[in-house]
Amino acid sequence: MPADKLSTLNQLNTSEINPHKWVILYADYLFTYAITRLNDEELAKDLVQETFLAALEKTAQFKGNSSERTWLTAILKNKVVDVYRKNSSGPGKKSTVKEAEQEQQDFFDSEDGHWNEAHRPQEFGVEQDPILNKEFNQILQNCMQKLPVLWLSVFTMKHMDDASTELICTELKVSVANFWVIIHRTKINLRACLQKNWI
Amino acid sequence: MDEIKKIAYNCRKATFLIEKKQLETLTLREKLELKIHLVGCSVCRTFQQQSIMINQMVKGMFHSSQPQETKLDETFKNELQERIKEKLNGN
Repeated sequence: MPADKLSTLNQLNTSEINPHKWVILYADYLFTYAITRLNDEELAKDLVQETFLAALEKTAQFKGNSSERTWLTAILKNKVVDVYRKNSSGPGKKSTVKEAEQEQQDFFDSEDGHWNEAHRPQEFGVEQDPILNKEFNQILQNCMQKLPVLWLSVFTMKHMDDASTELICTELKVSVANFWVIIHRTKINLRACLQKNWI
Repeated sequence: MDEIKKIAYNCRKATFLIEKKQLETLTLREKLELKIHLVGCSVCRTFQQQSIMINQMVKGMFHSSQPQETKLDETFKNELQERIKEKLNGN
């Protein structure tokens, strides 16, 4: 091993970064992060790998003021956002924005905005503790995966990552008005999908 | 008064406000509009309850899924480990 490489390694060991343990400590965590946002196993794996490799390139930038995991997650997050940007029309079985909009076009009366009878929210009958209900959770996840990529990304960045509206709008290049439209429409479709598949 | 009347019957608008309310503070006017609507609309009350529940579930989805399910397979992990090692050693 060349001397300069050795010294890099030594530096790594003395700082709070330890790439030798990354896979054991963080691979599952990062994979879960990616897959809940993309629902594409291969893509999620690729991004985890890319994250580690990118992180190795910039270990010098790790300042130790966040945890190693937070730092790696931030790198992964940027990669997820890149995927969102590239795929805003949506790959595979995901709907396009147009299809998703059509889905809910007869939910409300076009005149007065009232719920049309066929689409009115009904009790799910799991209100007690749906969070613990595995099957219900699974249906929700499936419903999320049918969303257009842009909607899913806005939705997960807001509800999973607690990102600020401003940041989401900048990163995904949507206007604030459009952001709210997406938040609203996403929920309308998700809820309807749950009702359709659960009751 | 006309505006108030409009919202009282407009579920599309009310559901929009329900979503907004969970992420941001509504204006006084919006609060009032939503309140009036919800008093008279049990369908939107159900919607609100379910919407809040969905948000909670989505929040919990990532954080609680740590110990279970989505695990990477060992082969992939080993390969990954190897690649990191290679890179650390300058290929």
